[in-house]
Amino acid sequence: MPWTRDEMAARAAAELEDGFYVNLGIGIPTLVANHIPDDISIQLQSENGMLGMGPFPYEGEEDADLINAGKQTVTQIPTTSFFSSADSFAMIRGGHINISILGALQVAQNGDLANWMVPGKMVKGMGGAMDLVAGVPRVVVLMEHTAKGEPKILKECTLPLTGKGVVSLIITDLAVFEVDKNATPSLLLVDHAPDVSVEDIRKLTEAEFKIK
Amino acid sequence: MAVSKVFPDAKAALEGVLKDGMTIMAGGFGLCGIPAALIEAIRDSGVKDLTIVSNNAGIDDVGLGILLQTRQVKKMISSYVGENATFAKQYLSGELEIEFNPQGTLAERIRAGGAGIPAFFTATGYGTQIAEGKETREFDGRHYVMERGLVADLSIVHAWKGDTEGNLVYRKTARNFNPVMATASKFTVAEVEHLVEPGEIDADHIITPGIFVKRLIKLDKVDKRIEQRTVQKRAA
Repeated sequence: MPWTRDEMAARAAAELEDGFYVNLGIGIPTLVANHIPDDISIQLQSENGMLGMGPFPYEGEEDADLINAGKQTVTQIPTTSFFSSADSFAMIRGGHINISILGALQVAQNGDLANWMVPGKMVKGMGGAMDLVAGVPRVVVLMEHTAKGEPKILKECTLPLTGKGVVSLIITDLAVFEVDKNATPSLLLVDHAPDVSVEDIRKLTEAEFKIK
Repeated sequence: MAVSKVFPDAKAALEGVLKDGMTIMAGGFGLCGIPAALIEAIRDSGVKDLTIVSNNAGIDDVGLGILLQTRQVKKMISSYVGENATFAKQYLSGELEIEFNPQGTLAERIRAGGAGIPAFFTATGYGTQIAEGKETREFDGRHYVMERGLVADLSIVHAWKGDTEGNLVYRKTARNFNPVMATASKFTVAEVEHLVEPGEIDADHIITPGIFVKRLIKLDKVDKRIEQRTVQKRAA
């Protein structure tokens, strides 16, 4: 049984430590906020200029001046601060955010990440993704293991890169891999979904990996 | 009598400033904190072949989208333009040029431009197509890409409150690119929701000092749009 999106998000939430400043990407990473353990204190950063992000507002309390990076209405909490885009990315590029959890189109075994464009398709832009993966010390990819049956964890990315050698951990619906650039192979399978065999994972993973 | 920075409306505040082919920075993130009244006045002026520096391109009929509909924009410098179908159509037909910048690189290019810094090095984009044709350098064992400071002919910004000297305060996430853009042009025009007398804003709370603002207008009405209305149900 592959993990559900919520189970994947819960697995990613287990990477968070008390006191962490965290940036969550759009898509499955957004669900991580629902799985933060009650006994730790986490501040969510939104790169449009907010630290300390609260949940969605109650109906009728939406504020057009209070949105997250996905342009969704959110709320502020007692720890919230607001700042400019330049200050926001000083936080990100200066290495002050502890962890970034984001989606991907492809990840390579050396930690290369592609998540911003597919040649031949309308390019929407990279937003803050290139800054996040370059500036945040721990980058966690949260994605489906395959796309239309094709592996997304590859020997080399075929799509244009978002960052080179930037991924620390990959969590999919089937497995969890640590990336250690100094090891050969660099990918270490550390966990997998129940009733999913290592052979199943090998069939759906182009990259080489070793088993913990 | 000292010259006043306060103008009666957006059209008057842009009088004599607009030229075909000019570069304009427009604040805002999505539709949040966009200088909507000033954008409308730019549309109404008919000025064309504009290069617009803005994180996004609005949506089809709101914000910068209205300048795309009238084909007044030649080039956009942005980080993400996913929400605009007019944009996609003009881009795919080759009518519109786009230069994608990573969002942090865009913010820092503007910050640097405003501070008189012609270039800087950043790790963002190293090893990607963003770095192609740019100088790279290694510092302390890590690779960096050289990016240029960015300046414009005109910046248009939206603020929550301003005084007649041009000191500005923003509200919540409507701040975003507005304060950096206010610094990076030869000429900055601000629209404010509330106009007050000098001294009414605590000087410790001013975000944009008046030196950066040449002209400002008080908005009669503010029509703010929400792009993604997300809510939660109250517990019964």
